[in-house]
Amino acid sequence: MACFIVPATEAIITTVAQKVIKKKEAKNDSKSGENKLRFSEKLKWLNGMLWGGSGLLAFEHLWHGEITPFFPFLTAANDPADTAEMLHEMATSGSAMAILVTAVWAVVALAADKITTAQKNEKKKAGAEV
Amino acid sequence: MTLLITIIAAVISTVIWYTSPKARELKVGILLYMFWGASLMWFVDAVVEYLEVGAEYFEPAAKDMLNDAFLGVSVVALALVVWVVYLLIKDPQNTVKKLLAEKRTGK
Repeated sequence: MACFIVPATEAIITTVAQKVIKKKEAKNDSKSGENKLRFSEKLKWLNGMLWGGSGLLAFEHLWHGEITPFFPFLTAANDPADTAEMLHEMATSGSAMAILVTAVWAVVALAADKITTAQKNEKKKAGAEV
Repeated sequence: MTLLITIIAAVISTVIWYTSPKARELKVGILLYMFWGASLMWFVDAVVEYLEVGAEYFEPAAKDMLNDAFLGVSVVALALVVWVVYLLIKDPQNTVKKLLAEKRTGK
């Protein structure tokens, strides 16, 4: 009904957070960890998945007539019983979507950190051997 | 069906992104975000529906399946359109800029 609103809201928050963190990282460039990817760079991946996913889901809701181009934009908002069902779906499916995408992103971000750290160590070892 | 089509699109675009430097230059990464993000979200939808209806979930009516397949293909088409628009705006190879400059100078 409107489950995509939850990940879309998370996308707004993470996009703002990414912009702020990117500015801070640019200021503290010399202090930041050299052998890891910047957090703002990794946050960009989460933004992409959240925006992309909720965008395509919004299209699906439009397809099924659950979104309208006029106020209140959600057909379920016209009827109190439908509104309650919509809110329940947002709380269950919507939250689960946001949590799953964030969890997958966290695993990918950790893996990327491990890979970059391993590469750095390999380079150090190769440098020490020469 | 929509979930299946989106997952297949996500896997294909990931393989293209991984194997081709040219594809990475052409910003194929944006397709990865869209397809993987939507696949994860529709996966949750599928799990919720499975919990509600049980094994019946795997026996959809032919009409529903056709409509879902139509939706899946439309979703892929929409994502490709978004990618092309993004590509033309970002113009990583300066093709649009060069063409416009040529038009302006009359070459």
